[in-house]
Amino acid sequence: MKRIAVLVIGVLALGAMIWAQNALLINGAGATFPFPIYSKWFDEYHQKNPNLQFNYQSVGSGAGIKQMTEGTVDFGATDGPMNDDQLKTFQDKRGSGILHFPTVLGAVVPTYNVPGVTGALNFTPEALAGIFLGKITKWNDPAIVGANKGVNLPANDIVVVHRSDGSGTTYIWTDYLSKVSDEWKSKVGKNTSVNWPVGLGGKGNEGVTGLIKQTPNSIGYVELIYAAQNNIPYGAVKNSSGNFVKADLASVSAAAAGAAKEIPDDFRVSITNAPGKSAYPISSFTWLLVPQKFQDAGKREAVKGFLKWMLTDGQNYAEGLSYAKLPKEIVEKEKKAINSIQ
Amino acid sequence: MATVKTTLPNAGPVMGSRSFLSRLRDGDEIARLTTMVFAATVVLITLLLVYELWTGSALARAKFGLHFLVTRVWDPNIDQYGALPFMYGTLVTSAVALLIAVPLGIGAAIFLAELAPPRISDTLQFFIDLLAAVPSVIYGLLGVFIIVPLMRTVIFPALNEPLGFLPLFKGPSYGVGFLTAGIVLAIMVIPYIISVSREVLLSVPRDQREAALALGSTRWESTWKVVVPFAKTGILGSVFLALARALGETMAVTMVIGNTPTISASLFSPGDSIASVIANQFTEATGDVYLQALVELGLVLFLMTFILNGLARILIVVTTQKGSGVPV
Amino acid sequence: MSARVKWRRFVSNFMLTLTGLCALVSVSVLFLILGYLVFNGGKSINWAFFTQLPKPVGEAGGGMANAIVGSAKLLMAASLLGVPIGFFGGIYLAEFSGSTVASVVRYAADLLNGVPSIVIGIFAYGMVVLPFKHFSTLAGAFALGLMMIPITLRSTEEFLGGVPRYLREGAMALGASKSKTIATVVVPAAYRGILTAILLALARVAGETAPLLFTAFGNRYWSEGWGQPTASLPVVIFNYAVSPYEDWHRQAWAAGLVLLGLILIINILARTILSRGIAVPRS
Repeated sequence: MKRIAVLVIGVLALGAMIWAQNALLINGAGATFPFPIYSKWFDEYHQKNPNLQFNYQSVGSGAGIKQMTEGTVDFGATDGPMNDDQLKTFQDKRGSGILHFPTVLGAVVPTYNVPGVTGALNFTPEALAGIFLGKITKWNDPAIVGANKGVNLPANDIVVVHRSDGSGTTYIWTDYLSKVSDEWKSKVGKNTSVNWPVGLGGKGNEGVTGLIKQTPNSIGYVELIYAAQNNIPYGAVKNSSGNFVKADLASVSAAAAGAAKEIPDDFRVSITNAPGKSAYPISSFTWLLVPQKFQDAGKREAVKGFLKWMLTDGQNYAEGLSYAKLPKEIVEKEKKAINSIQ
Repeated sequence: MATVKTTLPNAGPVMGSRSFLSRLRDGDEIARLTTMVFAATVVLITLLLVYELWTGSALARAKFGLHFLVTRVWDPNIDQYGALPFMYGTLVTSAVALLIAVPLGIGAAIFLAELAPPRISDTLQFFIDLLAAVPSVIYGLLGVFIIVPLMRTVIFPALNEPLGFLPLFKGPSYGVGFLTAGIVLAIMVIPYIISVSREVLLSVPRDQREAALALGSTRWESTWKVVVPFAKTGILGSVFLALARALGETMAVTMVIGNTPTISASLFSPGDSIASVIANQFTEATGDVYLQALVELGLVLFLMTFILNGLARILIVVTTQKGSGVPV
Repeated sequence: MSARVKWRRFVSNFMLTLTGLCALVSVSVLFLILGYLVFNGGKSINWAFFTQLPKPVGEAGGGMANAIVGSAKLLMAASLLGVPIGFFGGIYLAEFSGSTVASVVRYAADLLNGVPSIVIGIFAYGMVVLPFKHFSTLAGAFALGLMMIPITLRSTEEFLGGVPRYLREGAMALGASKSKTIATVVVPAAYRGILTAILLALARVAGETAPLLFTAFGNRYWSEGWGQPTASLPVVIFNYAVSPYEDWHRQAWAAGLVLLGLILIINILARTILSRGIAVPRS
């Protein structure tokens, strides 16, 4: 009996010790698209502010929105802005509005693993839509060959890879396809999770990249940095001006140039298939989701502090990881918007 | 020393007939009540779990009714959900797993029960029990890095070239898919089949074997034609147990099945299972119907395993009782 | 000897050798798994693995210290939930209850045991995460603790039942009340078996991943106290394994080795304790 009592007390004491909070933990969840830069940011910010820990779980935009709405995380992240229904649900459930803060600009690239092809393939919008609709099934289909003269494309079956989880990257990709293909728009539509006509599912940008690396003849869509960091080839896409553009800092920034001046106050905007000779057509902002009203003052100040840092020093880390910086006009607008967080 | 039969009343709770007051005084009543509360908690938790599954899927059940079980579409965009692709995936992978694991498992159990000397039998059983303890995620790890490449480079060509005309073996192969998941599941459930079958075979009375041998049968004949049929209900029980385990397996399957709600005759096709889709989509199901459809899938899975486990238990108990109660 | 008999003998030897092969294949899978883990994971096990936190995505290095501690905390808390319920519930079944009540409780425990772990995760999400509004070690421990209950309950009942009657009667003859008998005589006599069961239950839930996905969630830092999300070995293995980063793959192997090693050690320990025999000689 005595031994048990001692054990229990010991355990409780241990628990109490571990409970002593000396750092503030702020939990967030959401998009895998910006995970490389977010994890870098939170790490750097923690080193500058050791008493603040931003724990970000890269679980997909869909989960980010959902967990924010349920109130189980303090902030969210998404590449597909919340639609009006989701905004209303958040208001109803959490009793406050929710703010979108663009953080960086990124690109979704078509990445592939075709034996014998090491360079960048050119993809027309029709080719991409056809492949993902399951109508173009072989790598040497005329739609692909036509844009890639001189490249030896094999007669192999195309293995399509998409996301298995609710994803903002999917949102950006399907948003683009809906704009360039009426058939895609009516058959599949745009959302964080869609009923894919064909293909394998990978979990997160990480999972898709992994599958493509391991599966010959595959094609998928991932955020630029995932293709770059893993040395898998990605293609150029024909933009609305007719040029084949490969995703890079310049072409992504060009896509955002038009939106910079006209961005709505709530920052929700789509820049896929943007006008501009050198614009990359599958670019997008990615947003942090922050509630308008915080219950916890400590967390509120921490988040506001981070947002300010993110808009100034933080932006300097973006280009190193192949994300484009936010246009100056948008940065200024966001700084003002931070003040509306209560 | 010969045991002396005591004549105390009430074999179970030995002191059943003391007065309430005297029980209370000695702290017995408190002990009884306290432990009863804990035991009741177990029942309460189980009831609560079933209740939560039932109410947590109410919206989806109201919207789809029994059609849920036969609809192929799973489209969050239009809020249409159907369980069929996932039930198909769950059942196909489990069937493949059993097709591989049952012959191997029963064979091994026969060896351990009939042929191996007791020390070797016990040692091997020890290792097999350890195999049962390996967590699912580790099987997943092995599946992703070893079996998937193996499937693509060795197994698919081996099966597809000669037999590719059969819808069962039609390509293309992605490495992941029903067959890969089935193989991983087979490795996971073999230990269950072996340990239960071995026990059941060991409980077959000796005289059955000896009678067969005395009549001139070979070892194999006495085993296969006499002992195994005697134990067959128990062995069937072990198969049901293995099946129940395979149905609920999440991590190993989700890492190698391809995560696409597809119904396809080909074993090389990617697919999805109930447990896998819940793991992937639960935390992100925006919208009440979406979430409740996933909970309803959980309910379906629960019912499937519930029925199987029940059947398994009945079969195993029947056999072991049969074995021990046979009069000479 | 006739040809027919020769054929039957041949078939017999052939089939029996085949069964031996089946046994060999089954057992060698275990060693294959261990071998792979040791080979691939052994290279990546270093001091950093055990002491450092994860590095930002894409950068090499870092470790899993938080996941190891997280798993330890989860198991500790899970035992605090699952063991008492199973243990005291088992005492009730073995010592106090009538047979109908006993069968109802036993049935409920078996039912709970058969529930797929992902469904337990759904239950824990609804019961703990939603009401408290965040993912937490507590929620994860709740899910794991639930899974420990049935094993502990059934084994406690079984081993208490196996304690010889003369022990109880001896205590009664000396005037001990029922509860005193249980506490001082019966339970100590069965402690080996019960301890084994607890260890086996621990080993079983140590590797569970699915229920933690939406309860403990994940954490790149140390998780303080019991109310915050926490990293755990199985979940980190899962996330790293499906990622495209080579470094993360190596860490996943190493973590797999550590996890499996731990589970196997617990299993072997438990079975050795049990096989040493019950503490009391039978007559």
